[in-house]
Amino acid sequence: MSASLYTTRRIKNVLAMILSVAATGIGLLFLAWILWETLSQGIAGLKPALFTKITAYREEGGLANAMVGSLILNVIGILIATPIGVMAGTWLAEYSRRSRLGPTIRFLNDILLSAPSIVLGLFVYTIIVLPSQWLTNGDVTFSGIAGGIALALIALPVIVRTTDEMLRLVPGTLREAALSLGVPQWKLTVQILIRAARSGIVTGVLLALARISGETAPLLLTAFGNNFMTFNPLDKMPSLPQVIYDYTKDPSPDINTLAWAGAFVLTMFVLALSLVARFVFSRSKVSHD
Amino acid sequence: MHATVSSNVPTTARAEEAARNARDTRNDRLFAGLLKACALLVLIALIGAATSTLWLGRDAFATFGWGFLTSSAWDPTNNQYGALVPVMGTVLTALIALVFAVPVSFGIALFLTEIAPNWLRGPVSSAIELLAGIPSIIYGMWGLFIFAPFVATTIKPWLMNHFSADPPDGQVSWLVQHVPFIAKFFSSEYPFFGAGIFTAGLVLAVMIIPFISSVMREVFQTVPTRLKESAYALGSSTWEVVWDIVVPYTRTAVIGGIFLGLGRALGETMAVAFVIGNTFKFTPSILETGSTIASTIANQFGEAEGLQKSALMAIAFLLFVVTFIVLLIARLMLRRLATKEGS
Repeated sequence: MSASLYTTRRIKNVLAMILSVAATGIGLLFLAWILWETLSQGIAGLKPALFTKITAYREEGGLANAMVGSLILNVIGILIATPIGVMAGTWLAEYSRRSRLGPTIRFLNDILLSAPSIVLGLFVYTIIVLPSQWLTNGDVTFSGIAGGIALALIALPVIVRTTDEMLRLVPGTLREAALSLGVPQWKLTVQILIRAARSGIVTGVLLALARISGETAPLLLTAFGNNFMTFNPLDKMPSLPQVIYDYTKDPSPDINTLAWAGAFVLTMFVLALSLVARFVFSRSKVSHD
Repeated sequence: MHATVSSNVPTTARAEEAARNARDTRNDRLFAGLLKACALLVLIALIGAATSTLWLGRDAFATFGWGFLTSSAWDPTNNQYGALVPVMGTVLTALIALVFAVPVSFGIALFLTEIAPNWLRGPVSSAIELLAGIPSIIYGMWGLFIFAPFVATTIKPWLMNHFSADPPDGQVSWLVQHVPFIAKFFSSEYPFFGAGIFTAGLVLAVMIIPFISSVMREVFQTVPTRLKESAYALGSSTWEVVWDIVVPYTRTAVIGGIFLGLGRALGETMAVAFVIGNTFKFTPSILETGSTIASTIANQFGEAEGLQKSALMAIAFLLFVVTFIVLLIARLMLRRLATKEGS
């Protein structure tokens, strides 16, 4: 009786272990599968024209304008989101201690972090695209600025959260030491705390950049896309994910190959960024000790 | 004491100090105000997203009233719109994703916290997190070109052989003959077409596995070693420790993590847009094509005018409200864990 109970328990345990290993195997299998397809199909589509020609040439062209567009959109997004995000995160970590607003905003920021990006895209469409269309009599509709703002909205919660977390890791003695020397709080925050948490904040910005580089849905509703090279942020602006989206839907296999090549470039960029972010962060950990 | 010291200081220096103090106070107040304004932007973004979609969707809500929620029509040629099909598709794909992602994520978290040798934990968890870093458009491409054909040739025929009334191999299974209605959920008009609600759910499952498993792993690690070791000392097996100690201890946070994954799955656009088929026929079958709210917006927004655009805004509002509630529950459940850790 007790022997059989023991056997059942052991069988159950071994079964659970096997299933758990199998689950991990499934996860890794899908990772390998997706990366392998992106690599093999993407490398097959790589050619010099990819980086020099624009999408207007279709099969004979490349993705140069999309890459430049993505770069511009990401830069606009990060330039808007970084100062605002760092300041908001600083407020949460340093100034919100005695207000009830602080925990609420921290909580809502976490929700914004996983809110559907397509709805945020529609929000920017409403507050930027529609008014600019109305103000300029239709000269400016979808634009790089609108796309950049949409990306900024997606990057913002990432930066707010990391800044908040990193500042809270800074030891309180540092604050007390500075305040006891008569340093005003704004100076303490800017010159001491943010400097101490700098590498953590940089990590947050890099992660935010990695996140927005792959965003597609909000750009369809704000930057729209453009088959020509443009540096004017008031123009409709192409981006790598949006061109991949269009080229994937295309019935022509040659165009699909270009989409794979773009997917390869995009994935490599995003994964490299997250690696760099990790590297910066691990260095920051060392310097804190 | 202070007074005697300062009375020896020349008055100009004292005035200077007072001026500096006033300046610092003013700067401090300005600085704090600026920071607070930035923090409030988070609030404004959320409220703005809700109100702007509600405002631009007002035409659709006004035209169709409550019927908008229950009507299965989505017909741009006749200008009739109802949210039922995209809402159903969104919920169904997300639920299918959870059915597959939750056990797998649990297994991964179990592996990473209890089973794997220490040297393996770092690399494996980094690899799983890499899955979260892949842009969703890549999932969409992979889904369309690689996974959907795989579903069409392998998974779908198997499912139809076992669960549908019209199996490719011609033999209606025992299950279908004896369980009523089951065939309805597995019928398919185009048996060799890989795109559909089920395929979209599977792709979403792969996407949300890293989110759920990393939350589970983190909360499993918060269980005090003392507690686990006591159970081991009483002779528990690893599985019993996990199921009877770790899981009850972390239950709320685990559910929070699952809701977090659900929130992601509901709002995902690009991974779904390619593999769901984008049709608007009402069907209970998960092997049929369908559409989700996000995929509908991504597909139709470019050409939409007037009432159609308003209807798209209206379903976006529904999506936002639903995901907001789901994420709210997720964060509330995860927050309780944070306070537990703190105490």
